[in-house]
Amino acid sequence: MNTDTHAAHADDHHHDDGHAQSTFSGYMLGFVLSVVLTAIPFWLVMSGTLPSRQITALVIMAFAVVQIVVHMIYFLHMSPKSENGWSMMALIFTIVMVVIALSGSLWVMNHLNSNMMPIHEMTGMK
Amino acid sequence: MSPDLLKLIFGRLGIDSLPLHEPILVGTFVMVALGGGALFAGLTYFRLWGYLWREWFTTVDHKRIGIMYMILGIVMLLRGFVDALMMRAQQALAFGGSEGFLPAHHYDQVFTAHGVIMIFFVAMPLVTGLMNYVVPLQIGARDVSFPFLNNFSFWMTVGGAVLVMASLFIGEFARTGWLAYPPLSNIGYSPDVGVDYYIWALQVAGVGTTLSGINLICTIVKLRCPGMTMMKMPVFTWTALCTNILIVASFPVLTVVLALLSLDRYVGTNFFTNDFGGSPMMYVNLIWIWGHPEVYILVLPAFGIFSEVTSTFSGKRLFGYTSMVYATVVITILSYLVWLHHFFTMGSGASVNSFFGITTMIISIPTGAKMFNWLFTMYRGRIRFELPMLWTIAFMLTFVLGGMTGVLLAVPPADFVLHNSLFLIAHFHNVIIGGVVFGAFAGINYWFPKAFGFKLDPFWGKLSFWFWVTGFYMAFMPLYVLGLMGVTRRLRVFDDPSLQIWFVIAAIGAGLVFLGILSMLMQFAVSFLKREQLKDVTGDPWDARTLEWATSSPPPDYNFAFTPVVHDNDAWWDMKKRGYQRPLMGFKPIHMPSSTGTGIILAGFATAMGFGLIWYIWWLAAASFIAMLVVGIGHTFNYHRDFDIPADDVIRTEDARTKLLAGAK
Repeated sequence: MNTDTHAAHADDHHHDDGHAQSTFSGYMLGFVLSVVLTAIPFWLVMSGTLPSRQITALVIMAFAVVQIVVHMIYFLHMSPKSENGWSMMALIFTIVMVVIALSGSLWVMNHLNSNMMPIHEMTGMK
Repeated sequence: MSPDLLKLIFGRLGIDSLPLHEPILVGTFVMVALGGGALFAGLTYFRLWGYLWREWFTTVDHKRIGIMYMILGIVMLLRGFVDALMMRAQQALAFGGSEGFLPAHHYDQVFTAHGVIMIFFVAMPLVTGLMNYVVPLQIGARDVSFPFLNNFSFWMTVGGAVLVMASLFIGEFARTGWLAYPPLSNIGYSPDVGVDYYIWALQVAGVGTTLSGINLICTIVKLRCPGMTMMKMPVFTWTALCTNILIVASFPVLTVVLALLSLDRYVGTNFFTNDFGGSPMMYVNLIWIWGHPEVYILVLPAFGIFSEVTSTFSGKRLFGYTSMVYATVVITILSYLVWLHHFFTMGSGASVNSFFGITTMIISIPTGAKMFNWLFTMYRGRIRFELPMLWTIAFMLTFVLGGMTGVLLAVPPADFVLHNSLFLIAHFHNVIIGGVVFGAFAGINYWFPKAFGFKLDPFWGKLSFWFWVTGFYMAFMPLYVLGLMGVTRRLRVFDDPSLQIWFVIAAIGAGLVFLGILSMLMQFAVSFLKREQLKDVTGDPWDARTLEWATSSPPPDYNFAFTPVVHDNDAWWDMKKRGYQRPLMGFKPIHMPSSTGTGIILAGFATAMGFGLIWYIWWLAAASFIAMLVVGIGHTFNYHRDFDIPADDVIRTEDARTKLLAGAK
């Protein structure tokens, strides 16, 4: 907002070279990795290589998680050092929140499903 | 015109959408039209529109935006409170065969609107307004990180409020309760526009809330003045940081839940229907993942206000600063682990219910730690019983009571008896009024002299205080009794005549609160008239401790001529103790953001889009959406975003202050 803080921020940028990936090769590497990580799940589904659909689904989810990490490192330039560690803090907080919300919802909905849903409907749906 | 063409132009909006058959609404409309007309005429007569547009509507100054948030909150408080009075009157009258004066169709809208307005358009603007005004000053910054975004956020919140208010006279509001649970809120059971008003009002306002959360986090993380490490931040700034983190993490959940509900209503998906694999229980689960953090979003800044007030008016450093910070952070995390306690009775097993019961009880530990910190701050302090301190003491007594009934409700077997009873209603009003509302009033009385340069009148303030506190107890203690006797919420008529006395007492209590609100409005008016007597030229009328009191009241546009340097938690107290001298020369030009009308224009289009979607006026929705894109992209080509306040202007402002300060001594 003022010239002093501007100067201070300019300084920050010089120190902030924790993310070396913001180069052409960094972006290219990220791009290639994401393409590969997208292509493999497609191939798994289309060729049906894995024995069961459940395993295929789980493997695809695993690839999705890796994909998220690739995006964070190569496109969002996140590293433990970037922004004085604030990015890392925010990431950890986000992961905690997402894990709480997802696992909690699964747990809760599983209970509600087995306690509250009429039995005949559930058998009909499977 | 053919019906098809009419439908194309007006969607489902027709002359029968206007509630001409409801005398109460027609009367209200006449009053509002007369009042609004008079206001409009007055502004035009005194040629104030240009002033308002240039100095307020388009401003990016965090101080003015903060004040506008407060005005929005207080105006909406009047609307929400009228709803409350109507409910109390209805319930006090509807005994012994009487149907009361509100038909069911109208009564259901009243209680829904009351909840939605009080949470989203009263409590949120009051809290956001105080954070907006105070946080940049407390951390020694010149504005927030993204000043234009701040203006845009404010007007989006106004857009949501406008949609809710429009539902009063055009069509109707939801009749579902304030969280619009499906299947009731789904298209099969609520085919009219009420729930659509609800959805789009919250979606439009939600964009504003989320963006302002991001803005304030960034401000606090990035714009603190030199020397202010995280553990030297004032407690209010800490609570503001945690609240905004909660906002950013939880409001997207609300957005998604409402988006899924809209898909169910508009395009016939089955996320929350009873059939085709949909589960209304999923809606309840998701909306409380947002809903529980929401109550901490509201109350954490109030805790921060009480911390500032207690330490200022006790003349002591806050007791247990570190524990206060950690308690705040622990509450931030724990608030995500308790949502199921809102629906213990929906049918989870014992393990789920006991887990969430225990986590809920654990939250009372950090909250209790805070309570003891405030008490120990007061211990052996020289307490000055000014208005902010009175509200703080009322909070401590009231909130402890509300907290204890909360822990009681956290016990699942007890909750099975009390779920959705008036006991629950009494509990959450006890914590929200006792915590958030009293906190907002403490904050208003505390920071008003900073914002306007004169204190608020203590006589009318004390009158308002006593009416509010006694009125609150009279209105809600009977509800605890009724709830324990098994009376459920949202009832319109009663059979058992022995209950009536309790509802009559509650109605009288609501009347007292009404007098409290009137006294508060009177307090503003009287203080304005007596502004010369109540004037404060020092900028530090309370002998306070944090940085916002280091600058003049009201602060100049640039807040601080030189960015302060901080050495202590109580930065301003430390500066006073060391004999700080204001710099009198060497002023430089100050780089500031320029005003822009883009925020209000974008929000106007967003509101029009919401209106179009509510009434199925598809051309309006599409046109507004395209207009938003065009204006938004157009704004990126606006390169006149900043200017420099010339050094001469800074010198003139600072010299004027020097003269005032000399005059004061």
